[in-house]
Amino acid sequence: MKARGARALLLPTWAVLGVFFLAPLALMLAVSFRQRGVYGGLRAVTDLAAYLRSGAWLANYIRSVSPIYLSIGWRSLWMAVLTTVLCLLISYPVAWWIAVRAPRRWKNLLLGLVVVPFWTSFLIRTYAWMFILRGQGLLNAVLLGSGVIHRPLELLYTPFAVMIGLVYGELPFMILPLYASLEKLDRTLLEAAADLGAGRAAVFRRVTVPLTMPGIVAGVVLVFIPSLGQFVVSDLLGGAKSMLLGNLIQNQFAVARNQPFGAALAFELTAAVLLLLLAYALYMKRKGEEVLL
Amino acid sequence: MITPIASPSVEIRGVTKRFGEMAAVDDVSLAIGRGEFFALLGPSGCGKTTLLRMIAGLETPTAGTILIDGVDVTRMSPHDRPANMVFQQYALFPHLTVAGNVAFGLRYQGLPKRDWTAKVADALALVRLAGLESRRPDQLSGGQRQRVALARALVLEPKVLLLDEPLAALDQKLRKEVQVELKTLQRTLGITFLFVTHDQEEALALSDRMAVMSHGRVAQVGSPAEIFERPETELVAEFMGASNFFTAEARDAGPGLLGLRLASGAEIAVPAPAPPRGPFRPGDAVRFTVRPEKLTLCSSVSPDAAAVPVIIENCVYQGVSTLWMARGAGGEQFVVCQQNGAPVTGLPEASAGTAAFLCWNPAHTVVVQ
Repeated sequence: MKARGARALLLPTWAVLGVFFLAPLALMLAVSFRQRGVYGGLRAVTDLAAYLRSGAWLANYIRSVSPIYLSIGWRSLWMAVLTTVLCLLISYPVAWWIAVRAPRRWKNLLLGLVVVPFWTSFLIRTYAWMFILRGQGLLNAVLLGSGVIHRPLELLYTPFAVMIGLVYGELPFMILPLYASLEKLDRTLLEAAADLGAGRAAVFRRVTVPLTMPGIVAGVVLVFIPSLGQFVVSDLLGGAKSMLLGNLIQNQFAVARNQPFGAALAFELTAAVLLLLLAYALYMKRKGEEVLL
Repeated sequence: MITPIASPSVEIRGVTKRFGEMAAVDDVSLAIGRGEFFALLGPSGCGKTTLLRMIAGLETPTAGTILIDGVDVTRMSPHDRPANMVFQQYALFPHLTVAGNVAFGLRYQGLPKRDWTAKVADALALVRLAGLESRRPDQLSGGQRQRVALARALVLEPKVLLLDEPLAALDQKLRKEVQVELKTLQRTLGITFLFVTHDQEEALALSDRMAVMSHGRVAQVGSPAEIFERPETELVAEFMGASNFFTAEARDAGPGLLGLRLASGAEIAVPAPAPPRGPFRPGDAVRFTVRPEKLTLCSSVSPDAAAVPVIIENCVYQGVSTLWMARGAGGEQFVVCQQNGAPVTGLPEASAGTAAFLCWNPAHTVVVQ
């Protein structure tokens, strides 16, 4: 009885998940097996058995692994990896400083500052980067004015600009989980390690990193997944050569009007992300930690 | 106040530690002998833990010098010092097994890896934890965790073992057991043990010598018996549970003696205290104490006996002993502790409001500052 009551309480959750997540996903999967119509819609399937037998339902997936799309996928992957690594390298010292070093009364203010950018639309903040990075932009003006360079650098519409935009946008998602786990870190453990003979690097490697691993993994998941599907940043800051998986999918729906192919690509991306999340959940479960996502 | 020790294991010379304006440790000098079991005793906030942390290298002194085995370690980082610490909450690494915890420091000893297992096994056998190598700290009891912490420090064969309130996190029964074990362990290993405690009974039971600290300073150093029987200051006396303080007028009583004229008019002679607690000139006010268990309650006394008139206020039966609270003529509070079952020397029965005398053997008079 009790178990059934508890299950009943889960109904709203399942309803929301079903309507907003599972149903669209199923729809997308269904569309991905179809063919593009002449005017951009879906071509009607008259004989389902014949359609299945012809193998045409797999055409979009077969197309998605052709070299040109694989190269875009590969670029998206390493851009996401690089974004994640850079975010981790920048965020760890920042989170450490806020959690450990900063005076107690400053902590909330500093955490607030990390979150403040969310008050402005991400699109507008990305536009702001265009103004900073363009030929007559802020960065070039400063560099020219201080005599570091003599000709404006071409920064905008390069992979470099995309990288900056990605790292900038994802930083808070790395800082916050790292902060949470560094805050919990018992500092006498660091003292104990030093007392037992470990130098600063060894204390960090053998105690701090293992004990904050849940925060590191959470941050990596939170940064890597959105970076993988990102299209706004690469659209605004990157040139034609910086096309990412996200742009490709968006293009299929909005420009090429090939919904089935776009759906196939999107489904592949979703599947990859879900597998990553599953790995994360398994990792946290093994560690006996709460799953944060 | 340094007791001269030929080659001290730990020597602290004029060490001061300031946090902002506040001096947590204020010009402390101490010498701790090789193989000594030494206690730093004091109430919380007296600076004892800060002093211990400075010896471990976890804090840097504002002034002064710390030597371990004659080597100046004042500016040495904790990982280079030949001292290891057992932390109050043990600070075991939660992500490592018992064996992993004990082996943690071996990596920095320049020992080949194949020798680690044997070392870890020896250390765990020493603290009677053999067989628990693969447990994690959260699967251990409080007592077991403490032994892991001990093994983790001892496996490195430190010259000095520092213990921060080693028994505070244990329950009463376990504490007594571990006390005995610690003492045995220290005797077996012959390593200098330096521990911090706020529990005077613990300090008395464990240490060879102890330093009583208060307000960042060392109030008295000595053997447990010296400190217990002969506290030099009111503060030390109070901390050791002697809460009876009397004021008397100094009198001339001949060489080597100090005459005390009590409030009752009686005059007693006690051995003249050594400086800095003297000398006294006739007429000086002298503070002295008598331990509660050295006092008895009497109904009548001879005029020249060591005695002070009081009114009995309360009586608390404690099984082994009975506590009597009494108030003196000046309103001061006294406590008398009498062993139950011992022949009653003074008043057999007394109720609140009864007038009586506090009597003691003049030899038990302890003059304090």
